[in-house]
Amino acid sequence: MAVTDTYSPDDSTAENVVIRIAHLRKQFGTRVVLNDFNVDLHKGESLVVLGRSGSGKSVLIKCIIGLLKPDGGDIFVLGKNIADMEHAEMDQLRSRIGFLFQSNALYDSMTIRENLEFPMRHHLRNLSNSEVNDMVMKTLADVGLAHTVDMMPSELSGGMQKRVALARSLILHPEIMLYDEPTTGLDPVTGREISTLITEVQKKYSTSSIIISHDMHCVKMTGDKIAVLIEGKCYALGTYEELERSTDHNVKQFFE
Amino acid sequence: MIIFMQLRVNVTEFCIDFNCMKIPSSLLGFFNEIGAASRFVSRYFQEVVQPRYEVKQFIKQCFLIGYRSLPLIGITGFIMGLVLTMQLRPTLIAYGVVSKLPVMVSLAIVREIGPVISALIFAGKISSSMGAELGSMKVTEQIDAMEVSGTNPFKYLVVTRVLAATLMLPVLSVLSDAIGLYGSYLGVNIRDHTSLSLYFFEVFNTLKFGDVLPAIIKTFFFGFAIGIIGCYKGYNSSKGTEGVGRAANSAVVISSLMVFIIDLITVQITDVLGLN
Repeated sequence: MAVTDTYSPDDSTAENVVIRIAHLRKQFGTRVVLNDFNVDLHKGESLVVLGRSGSGKSVLIKCIIGLLKPDGGDIFVLGKNIADMEHAEMDQLRSRIGFLFQSNALYDSMTIRENLEFPMRHHLRNLSNSEVNDMVMKTLADVGLAHTVDMMPSELSGGMQKRVALARSLILHPEIMLYDEPTTGLDPVTGREISTLITEVQKKYSTSSIIISHDMHCVKMTGDKIAVLIEGKCYALGTYEELERSTDHNVKQFFE
Repeated sequence: MIIFMQLRVNVTEFCIDFNCMKIPSSLLGFFNEIGAASRFVSRYFQEVVQPRYEVKQFIKQCFLIGYRSLPLIGITGFIMGLVLTMQLRPTLIAYGVVSKLPVMVSLAIVREIGPVISALIFAGKISSSMGAELGSMKVTEQIDAMEVSGTNPFKYLVVTRVLAATLMLPVLSVLSDAIGLYGSYLGVNIRDHTSLSLYFFEVFNTLKFGDVLPAIIKTFFFGFAIGIIGCYKGYNSSKGTEGVGRAANSAVVISSLMVFIIDLITVQITDVLGLN
């Protein structure tokens, strides 16, 4: 993959690339987690990053959102290298990216309404109370949980919490969604419901997505393209069907 | 602050260069902790003056920290005044100066016992809850979620809490002193009889500017230390639920110790300034 500091106008695919990860390197102490990782996410595309536990999948998306600082390489998000960004610029960029945490990360001292209002308090300060309320109710309705608006997160089941967390990450209508193991810890039925919901909101909100998962049902349902992360590198890249037919042992083991 | 920041770097180099000298890891850990805490404090002073100000959250924290600590600190102050009076009375009778009981009790409560006991109770209640709450938010990725949503979690969580603790403890301490003196008045009236006005006339006749002001000023430092230690421990906790418990526990222990250290320093300063 040819990588430059900025997008080349001659690159026919560049204008469609919303995230470009180039030669990404991240290590913790002496342990190298990501080593020369390269991948592009195109507009409207859903990319699943598949890998074993501890292979660095979550580290990858935390680097994209700026929660972790890469030790090397570049990450271009919506045309800008995040390494060059000031704090305020990064905050602005984050308003265009939704992030669904593995643990949901709902604020447990706040109601569902307050959880959804929280991202708006920073980015949409000019909205009136009724407009904020309309946005909250509409987004909650999109995940089928409008009736929970005044409940506390602890009163909801794991699947419902995941839906609320998804609603919170969608409230600012992001262009990019990052999902960190969205079905982990859920029973198979609820996991399928969440996978279906992800595909629905992707269509409705026209988002480009990176989904971290090792739940093969979720991978099959949500991924247009799958990147297999092995030993810190993008070991294989292709559609579900292409990778399923692969004879490579390292790839095959995920599909058995 | 700069010295401590440099110290951390130097300590790391020291480990590499002088590994053969077998520096105890606990000592290195201690200096690393001091360096990290210093950076945390310096970040607090940077963030506290920079807009945007989280006024609503600050008021909420004042309510949670101040109002909800009042019953505990009030009861403790009342018992402190009552018990101190009952304990001092036989000794003062033996020396024939029982009439000086309001003088002794008021000086003891206002200058030393009131602020210190209030601060210790405050440390037990507030510092541990800050440590546990922020620690729990850290391990459940709620702090990361705040950052991702564009809110500065340090300003929203740490600055508001530390500022509220710094401003609320002096208020609580004054209230505790007042309740303690009332408890002392009741203590006097268990065996003797005196009117409330006469008792408090004696108290206010005794207390001087130099008794009250340093005592109030030091409670600001107590409040700041308790808040910043609780938040530091919680904000930097790790290792899951075990880490949360450890953060809450160490927040109480260190902030209680800091109360005594600050008290020692302020006594020395007031002594030098001739306020003792």
